[in-house]
Amino acid sequence: MSEQQPFIIDDPENLIFRLNRRTLSDPSILDEERIKIFDRSWIYCGHASEIPNVGDFETRNVCGRPVIFCRDEDNNVRVFLNSCAHRGAQVCRERSGNARRFYCFYHGWTYGCDGQLKTVPAEESYPSNFKKRRFSLREPPRVEGYKDFWFISFDPEIISLGEYLGDAKDYIDLVVEQSPSGCMEIIEGTQEYDIKANWKLLVENSFDDYHLVSTHKTWLDYMKDSGVEIRPPKGQGLLLPTHGVGKNLGNGCAVIDNINFRGRPIAKWISIYGESAKEEIEKIRQELVERLGEERAARVADTNRNLVIFPNLVINDGSSVTIRAFWPLAADKMKVTAWALGPSEESKNARARRLDSFLTFYGPGGFATPDDVEALESVQLGLQTWRELEWSEMTRGIDKEGEQLNTDELHLRTFWRQWNKLMTLEA
Amino acid sequence: MITSDSITRAEVEDFLYEEAALLDRWRLEDWLELLTHDAEYEVPSTDAPLSKTGDALFLIADDYSRIKARVKRLNDPEAHAESPRSRTRRMISNVRITKRQGTEIHVAANFSVYRFRYGYDVRHFVGHYHYTLWVEGPELKIRKRRAILDNTELGAQGAVSFIL
Repeated sequence: MSEQQPFIIDDPENLIFRLNRRTLSDPSILDEERIKIFDRSWIYCGHASEIPNVGDFETRNVCGRPVIFCRDEDNNVRVFLNSCAHRGAQVCRERSGNARRFYCFYHGWTYGCDGQLKTVPAEESYPSNFKKRRFSLREPPRVEGYKDFWFISFDPEIISLGEYLGDAKDYIDLVVEQSPSGCMEIIEGTQEYDIKANWKLLVENSFDDYHLVSTHKTWLDYMKDSGVEIRPPKGQGLLLPTHGVGKNLGNGCAVIDNINFRGRPIAKWISIYGESAKEEIEKIRQELVERLGEERAARVADTNRNLVIFPNLVINDGSSVTIRAFWPLAADKMKVTAWALGPSEESKNARARRLDSFLTFYGPGGFATPDDVEALESVQLGLQTWRELEWSEMTRGIDKEGEQLNTDELHLRTFWRQWNKLMTLEA
Repeated sequence: MITSDSITRAEVEDFLYEEAALLDRWRLEDWLELLTHDAEYEVPSTDAPLSKTGDALFLIADDYSRIKARVKRLNDPEAHAESPRSRTRRMISNVRITKRQGTEIHVAANFSVYRFRYGYDVRHFVGHYHYTLWVEGPELKIRKRRAILDNTELGAQGAVSFIL
């Protein structure tokens, strides 16, 4: 086999950043990614609000493993691999619920919600060296949380979650501060859908503001028709940036940070919310100012953030708060899971407004996401030419000193540099 | 005066078949004519089929003005997800009138909707509808339609970019 091209050509001095398209198309890359990317990063598992009470559990697939995300008798968030220590059957087959015991129906082994093996039918037939304590449910090597966002890692040596998140913590804080009590919650209803595209295309798309005008023309029309001013305001005063920026947050995490002009349930009114919402949104804003001060309140209420936590978690804090994790199913196919997040104490009207606001843009039935999906699937179809057309261009903003725009591509390069670093590390 | 009592199941079936035919032919403006001006169109998330809009995240939760905006969008060639348009074929069956109340009729029906696009495998949406129909003079109108998917997740069905 001839020598392969590098994954990326990263040469800022000569104003070159190119991405080899086999990274998005070649099926052999995915097997490597599972080991070198997903098993060496912190991977989002769930939000503590999904399991508020002792015994609550959610089952899901994280990094290709079935896991149980649950709360034990001591009120601790726990994560177990969902596989019986005996022969491997799943010990929990419900999507969610409350259980003090996980029961493997195959041979009847039973575990507590602390993962300890409690009962084994006809235990007396096991030899004398059989000890129940050796057969607890297995936990991922690392489980850590930051402000109710829980992550797991299959790399026992990985840096702490706090260090990994780096400057991304500030952006999570801006989400959490939307709740007066600091308690945000996942709202009932999960959007789960596949996209026939490589998972990394959704990373790019999630904070690529360059595509907005051409891909989302019909959404912008809808906003216009609804009386929303869709052009960014000029010269917004001293508290806020006057334009959107893209930032590297460390460890492959990155963000675009924009001044808001298309409405935020916290706490920026637009016509779509209706006249009757004005008063409540004003009150929400007042509470923010009292609690956080004018400057921080403006930061929370008047800027939008699209945050990527490397490798596969996106928090879009805009017309609503969307938590989106996605997983490769094949080189050209991914599964997306999306949740809505809101302050746990918000009023019925505010909650309804938040959910409505979510759907104007996001989700498989929204006015924008389906066109993103179409774009990604179209890219994937085009990438079947990867052997002939080897390189994708990603140089927007590369010749600028200092600040990069949201429509530049520093944040995309940040993701790809980390991806390349992990993929080319010597084992 | 025609009330819900005089409407037969066969008439309801004819109405739903007509609606399906309009949607399959992408005659969306004509489809809008079937709706009352306070109509709602909902597709709940697959893990919360019984939930209420306002409490839970849906896939689609349109009021009438959003439905009109959806039709406008779908008629725009720059609604890329449906440009080129997919082909759909709707099978409506097991139609039952579940309640009659004045000029309102509640109807349940099963659906099996096939969506074809490019050379992709068929995308098959299976579930049931809850309709609230409104008797208006000699006509039936749709006041509410909720499409509840049996698919445990949208998964390979991808997007609900057409009217389900």
